[in-house]
Amino acid sequence: MPNDLTNKIEKHTIAVLVDNEPGVLARVIGLFSGRGYNIESLTVSEVDKENNLSRITVVTSGTRMIVEQIKAQLERLVPVHRVRDLTDEGPCIERELALVKVVGTGERRNEAMRIAGIFNARVVDATLSSFIFELTGTAHELGDFIGLMSELGLVEISRTGVVAISRGAAGF
Amino acid sequence: MAEQLLSGAEIILKALKDQGVEVIFGYPGGAVLPIYDALFKQNDLRHILVRHEQAAVHAAEGYARSTGKVGCVLVTSGPGATNAVTGLTDALLDSIPLVCISGQVPTHLIGNDAFQEADTTGITRSCTKHNYLVKDVANLARTLHEAFLVARSGRPGPVLIDIPKDVQFNEGPYVAPHEVRHKTYRPQVKPDLARVEEAIDLIAGAKRPIFYVGGGVVNSGPLASKLLTAFVRMTGYPCTNTLMGLGTFPASDPQFLGMLGMHGTYEANLAMHGCDVMIAVGARFDDRVTGKIADFAPGSKKIHIDIDPSSINKNVRVDVPVIGDAAHVLEDMIRLWKARQKRPDQAALRDWWSQINIWRKRDCLRYQKTDKIIKPQYALERLREAIRGVDHYITTEVGQHQMWAAQFLPFDQPNRWLTSGGLGTMGYGLPAAIGVQIAHPEALVVDVAGEASIMMNIQEMSTAVQYGAPVKVFILNNQYMGMVRQWQELLHGSRYSESQLTSMPDFIKLAEAFGAVGLRATKVSELDDVIGEMIATRRPVIVDIAVDPTENCFPMIPGGRAHNEMLLGPADRTEDSTPEDGMVLV
Ligand SMILES: Cc1cc2nc3c(=O)[nH]c(=O)nc-3n(C[C@H](O)[C@H](O)[C@H](O)COP(=O)(O)OP(=O)(O)OC[C@H]3O[C@@H](n4cnc5c(N)ncnc54)[C@H](O)[C@@H]3O)c2cc1C
Ligand SMILES: Cc1ncc(C[n+]2csc(CCOP(=O)(O)OP(=O)(O)O)c2C)c(N)n1
Ligand SMILES: [Mg+2]
Repeated sequence: MPNDLTNKIEKHTIAVLVDNEPGVLARVIGLFSGRGYNIESLTVSEVDKENNLSRITVVTSGTRMIVEQIKAQLERLVPVHRVRDLTDEGPCIERELALVKVVGTGERRNEAMRIAGIFNARVVDATLSSFIFELTGTAHELGDFIGLMSELGLVEISRTGVVAISRGAAGF
Repeated sequence: MAEQLLSGAEIILKALKDQGVEVIFGYPGGAVLPIYDALFKQNDLRHILVRHEQAAVHAAEGYARSTGKVGCVLVTSGPGATNAVTGLTDALLDSIPLVCISGQVPTHLIGNDAFQEADTTGITRSCTKHNYLVKDVANLARTLHEAFLVARSGRPGPVLIDIPKDVQFNEGPYVAPHEVRHKTYRPQVKPDLARVEEAIDLIAGAKRPIFYVGGGVVNSGPLASKLLTAFVRMTGYPCTNTLMGLGTFPASDPQFLGMLGMHGTYEANLAMHGCDVMIAVGARFDDRVTGKIADFAPGSKKIHIDIDPSSINKNVRVDVPVIGDAAHVLEDMIRLWKARQKRPDQAALRDWWSQINIWRKRDCLRYQKTDKIIKPQYALERLREAIRGVDHYITTEVGQHQMWAAQFLPFDQPNRWLTSGGLGTMGYGLPAAIGVQIAHPEALVVDVAGEASIMMNIQEMSTAVQYGAPVKVFILNNQYMGMVRQWQELLHGSRYSESQLTSMPDFIKLAEAFGAVGLRATKVSELDDVIGEMIATRRPVIVDIAVDPTENCFPMIPGGRAHNEMLLGPADRTEDSTPEDGMVLV
């Protein structure tokens, strides 16, 4: 695979299981900034309290050679347990959550509500002049939703970044 | 029975002893006083007091590279730790195993901009293989043992442990090294045999093969060099070394082509360029070696033996990666080579050698011999003759003299040649020589130096004198930052911007001021006597050799060029023809 000679830029979602210890996130981020790799999104949270493990999901892009290098460099970090390229391993489930605040009244407010319905966004807060929508979906779906809301009084967005998991019965 | 408790400082020293440490290079300060107090009360560990923390790290590198052991450093918080950063980066780039202990302000003051506080783990995160901040004395022993494991295993490197002062005072339990096992860190040492089979098939079928051997074979230990030499001889193939790999294959062997790369030999570089099978062993395809990547050994199949998977396909795509320790891989290769009764293609090999011998006839290291002025190459040739048969180690500073030393001094064994390759740190050579001398008190240790570089850590003469470490500083004094001047001459229209050192000390008086011996040679006729006296003197010596200020180091592959576009001597000019994208390269 690494010998594939294309210089095409590919987007990869990589899951990294790490010891949940101080500095580990700085190590991972420092690796990307220090070596000039892209981070499109990065999420991290503890996933196994008993064994003190966190899972980092990072979406990155680069040529095949660079992506292979990124994985090898991640594996070299001492507190890293496993690195998996979810993009390479076949289809995976990717989700992101967004909180979107939209301000408006009258027809704009109704239209925002209608579109939220189409996207299955939940209203998690409302005043007479504002809504906060919660939407879960692929990064692409979130982008579409936010694009539409920007015409309808969008004032603030908070997004989690992508979390991902491989399909099927096999575990990490 | 209740568990016996020790203070943090005692735990540190016990852990070092249990890890086989005999010497620590360091410098005290407020945040490490408890450790220094514990040192005072014992006699097993020897502490070498340097004059600057950067030098402590280089000295530990010299100690480590010449013995194969982990080097050990102790520095205080804040400025002690920041001074160590260059040394740590040097060790990281050259894969030298070190453990550096730094003091830190007490845990309750961390983050308060306390006196001599620096975010040491933050600062050193990217210049260590790994680092730790130990906030609880209960974890101290375990962390120390883990640090040694990480430093020495896999691809070796520097590891830093930051220890707040209160943790050094607090009492905690000790655990022995064998009780510590890292949860996940297990570098692959044994290769995948299917890959080894693939590799030997390719090697046996080669028509124009070459072994390209680097510092990883030194890292692997002396056995790796023995196995490598045996395998190269078994095949009859040519072998070249990187700067870091010199000594892994005997320079005196007829199959040796010399160093390759930017200042490598004509025959090594052309053989690399023309090979059909390249066997890279513990070498990392550095830009100083590959030159222009697109034209690097075009049309060759590449086998890459390396312990670090991230070295594979980093700069150059290879066909057969073999991940594992060099000695283990070579052992398997030799075994399978014999078992499969592999035989090289003798007819092809004869043709290949006759081509190589034509390249050799260019005599690329030839220089203008004269008795009017000491040529730096000549000085090294005389040094070479004088130390033949003497148990010796060579360190270098950085610049032309370093490249000439690599070209003109032959090494038949690993661990004898110590130079700053990856970072190219001026000021490395003297402290590294002291580290070597501490480990090998009876050996002749020579730092081949430039007059600019030596000024970067000259204060360490004082250390050498204090410990009676009879290191020899052999200065090829060309009155210039020669390497900088050479690039300015060849690439920047001879505009010698800030590369001349107009006010230099009198090195004889300087040596004497330190309590060392100073010698000088300004004429060709004085050279041999001065070298002889240097070797005979059982004290630290600075030798100031006035060499030709205008000499350039050839061969040279200018930035952005391929192996077959080498400049062989002053007659080859490059200025107008250097590609623009080559000019920006370092
Ligand atoms: C002024 C100047 C000029 C230079 N010019 C040249 C030049 O002309 N030619 C040249 O060669 N260099 C030159 N260098 C040095 C160059 O910058 C690099 O430091 C050098 O080429 C790297 O050597 P290496 O490939 O052997 O790798 P090293 O840095 O020694 O790395 C060792 C490799 O081996 C691997 N390894 C480690 N342990 C093991 C093990 N146990 N088993 C297997 N693999 C292992 C590592 O993962 C790594 O990939 C120059 C430096 C300076 C300062
Ligand atoms: C710490 C540091 N600063 C700057 C450089 C850039 N540099 C490389 S070689 C060199 C000149 C070295 O001069 P000298 O020690 O006299 O050696 P010469 O090349 O003359 O043999 C310089 C400045 C470096 N390698 N290291
Ligand atoms: Mg000089």
